[in-house]
Amino acid sequence: MNESANHNSDKLIVFENVSKFYGEILGVNRVNLTISPGITSLVGPNGSGKTTLMNLMTGLIQPSRGTIRVLGVTPDDPQRMFSFMGYCGQFDSFPRGMTGFDFVFSFLLVHGFPKKEAEAMAWRAIERVDLVEAAHRKVAGYSKGMRQRIRLAQSIAHDPSVIILDEPLNGLDPMARDETKRLFRQLAKDGLHLIISSHILHELEEMSDTIVLINNGYILAEGGVSSVREEKMEEHPMQIMIRCDRPAEFASRVFASDSVVEAQLHEDKHGLFIKTRNADSFYSLLNKMVAEQGFNVETVAPVDDNLNAVYHYLIGSGGGGQA
Amino acid sequence: MNSAIELEATQPTGGNLQWGLWWRQVRAILRMEVKKNFWGKRALLIYVFAAIPVLVMFLLTFADPDAGNDINKFWSSAQEIFANIFEALILRTMVFFGCAWIFMNLFRGEVVDKSLHYYFLSSLRREVLVAGKYFSGLVTSVILFSLTTAGSLFFLYWARDYPANVNYLFDGPGLGQCLTYLGVTILGCIGYGAVFMFIGLFFRNPIIPALLVYGWEWLNFLLPPVLKKISIIHYLHTLAPVPMNEGPLATVVAATSPWISVPSLLIFTVLVLAMAAVKIRRHEISYGSE
Repeated sequence: MNESANHNSDKLIVFENVSKFYGEILGVNRVNLTISPGITSLVGPNGSGKTTLMNLMTGLIQPSRGTIRVLGVTPDDPQRMFSFMGYCGQFDSFPRGMTGFDFVFSFLLVHGFPKKEAEAMAWRAIERVDLVEAAHRKVAGYSKGMRQRIRLAQSIAHDPSVIILDEPLNGLDPMARDETKRLFRQLAKDGLHLIISSHILHELEEMSDTIVLINNGYILAEGGVSSVREEKMEEHPMQIMIRCDRPAEFASRVFASDSVVEAQLHEDKHGLFIKTRNADSFYSLLNKMVAEQGFNVETVAPVDDNLNAVYHYLIGSGGGGQA
Repeated sequence: MNSAIELEATQPTGGNLQWGLWWRQVRAILRMEVKKNFWGKRALLIYVFAAIPVLVMFLLTFADPDAGNDINKFWSSAQEIFANIFEALILRTMVFFGCAWIFMNLFRGEVVDKSLHYYFLSSLRREVLVAGKYFSGLVTSVILFSLTTAGSLFFLYWARDYPANVNYLFDGPGLGQCLTYLGVTILGCIGYGAVFMFIGLFFRNPIIPALLVYGWEWLNFLLPPVLKKISIIHYLHTLAPVPMNEGPLATVVAATSPWISVPSLLIFTVLVLAMAAVKIRRHEISYGSE
């Protein structure tokens, strides 16, 4: 292991003041971002700049300003960078006439792996995405999901330590989605960087260690879902649903607390919604009320402590689970 | 799963110059590209280009029943006519447009097919990609157009009576002339290949620059001596084994020695490829705007 590999910044993906303009159109602007190992999800509506960020990271496009370093390597050194990076993009096109196996195998040869090693690696990757049976069929005859999987196989075949996946679950059936998510989790557990963009918020939420919210080319927030949610507590107090007996009395008592900004009875009169800017303080109060005043609380559930709500508050639409 | 550092260790290192790795990568690119050049959907046109001169020579030598006699009687005139056919039809037209088609499509074709990014996403220096693509075009064009030249020469010699043809070929200057024609064809592929790969990389619509180059090459005989030397055809013309008259309007320039023509063409090719390599380092993938 060389000296620079021990350096901390060489384990991170770092964007420093990165901007990208397509003529006069803004791609991304003044992005400062540090990505650690694990699963990082890029979340934002169409045209927000997610793919631009991924293409910048992989050197497919050049930044108009700023610098990008992936594990200490800049994208203008593709030979070094793609020895540890794989990119499964959204381009749904393939070199003509190739079988699935040829596709993965040929590009391993282009990486410079000797033939035998490349063959073994290609089969291993194809096996991981469960396409062994179709490997000798022409890619042109594959379904959308199979094409997605063979691209994924190509991006992981050379055992990269950074994998960038642009909408990787698109076109996959539910079983393949589960398999693929399991694979992502396993890769993250192995200490890899996985950077994923997707429109399916709940799937991202269950997989991600970190989310990066992006809109109109600007990074709006980054961090864990809860920490990003907490940052927005002042603007958007957290909503918690409580199912209990005597909800009206419960509402009047909690409303007296500073931590609660709103309390509203549920339509069925068996519960209430409260809004708080300090969830920890509210939960302490709740425990106290249950212990001291004998409220029978059946359920306590945060309504908007999730990625969907964060997305909705920060970006303003897509409340239906899809960005 | 290996770490990045472990992975790098699987690739040979030799300081900054990893010739072993680059050679393997060039071979891998050749493997894919040559197959595509010969069997891809764009291959049909180059077969047509390559076949036309052979067909023309076949028709000239066999369609006319007196052609054989004429060739026997006026062998030196027949050679001059062949020299004209070689330069006008084979070099200036078929090799020119064949190379334009093959080499411009090496990158432009991938952009149209939206598959160039696979190379860009490989652990591959862009310069190595340029070299690999260029050699694949060269292998294709040299095989095809050498066969064109050889096939055309075959009909020229076939039409002459035996054993005069064999004697001329093996006991006279015939073999040297044939090899020179083949050499000039290969040099044409080398020079035009570099130019068209460069054009294919630099221009979104390479047709207009290609036509400008075509015009420049065709009008070369009219250009003043200094400009005349800024062309590929000038050097190929001076290398031709049978001197060819460029016509009454041509500006007269002293023939350039092969010792200058060949290295000049090769140096020119290297320079053009170096510019292509510099250009591709900043090349962006943006299929949507193509």
